[in-house]
Amino acid sequence: MARAPTTADAFNAVAEPRRRQILDVLAGGERPVNDLVMLLGLAQPLVSKHLRVLREVGLVDVRGDGRQRVYRLNGLPLKPIYDWVKNYERSWSQRFDRLDVVLEELKEMEDGDGGSDK
Amino acid sequence: MVAATSSGTAVVTLPTDTQILITREFGAPKHLVYRAWTTPELIKRWWTGDRGEATIAEVDLRVGGAWRYVMVANGGFEVAFHGEYLEIIPNERIVSTEVFEGMPDAEAVNTVTFTEKDGRTTLRLLVQHTSQEHRDAQINYGMEGGMQEAMDHLEQVAVSLR
Repeated sequence: MARAPTTADAFNAVAEPRRRQILDVLAGGERPVNDLVMLLGLAQPLVSKHLRVLREVGLVDVRGDGRQRVYRLNGLPLKPIYDWVKNYERSWSQRFDRLDVVLEELKEMEDGDGGSDK
Repeated sequence: MVAATSSGTAVVTLPTDTQILITREFGAPKHLVYRAWTTPELIKRWWTGDRGEATIAEVDLRVGGAWRYVMVANGGFEVAFHGEYLEIIPNERIVSTEVFEGMPDAEAVNTVTFTEKDGRTTLRLLVQHTSQEHRDAQINYGMEGGMQEAMDHLEQVAVSLR
């Protein structure tokens, strides 16, 4: 499942499940590479490769801490993705709001058969 | 008596590169949600959301049967979808294909399930596309609704992820 690391934007960067996993881990706070290697159970070169891709699109920042390189999440480049899903979500929410109205009527019809208070 | 009208918003997630999962809870038992989901005159009332007027909702609710929904969107253009029912378990689960007629190559498989608890129903709609490209196109289509409103959430996202 090799995916070319030539990744220009956040959309492609997070299309890779392992990279999403890295972001999930970093969402809990910054981590040195070794932690990521351990938590993900991947070989270090592979983790480094994913981190490079994430860094290129600005999704992670890195700082040196002694001999270690510590990575942290930068959420801003995720905004276009969030917007994109959010709008799709909005159109479904509008549908479902109308479905709520239909359901209330159906419920009243059923209740009506039993002679309820409404 | 609890007046459960609004039940929250739809939650959309992307479980894999080729899937979209839409989840929503309703304040009604599942046989009613199922009825609203499968009855043409009821579908017409909710399916378009705020985006237009439904003109056709055809439902041949049996395995191998066809469905077709058409709406006139607010911009005046017609938007149509159709598909075929692959599996039907009344009040529980429907599997069907879905094709957006403006993009006939991108056939998706939709699995909708209805789960009831304490008189409330959780609806889960899993959309399985054949490629990431097709999935992304579908979400893009859903985006025409209006980009600006999502800006409200900018701070939220940026802050929560830091």
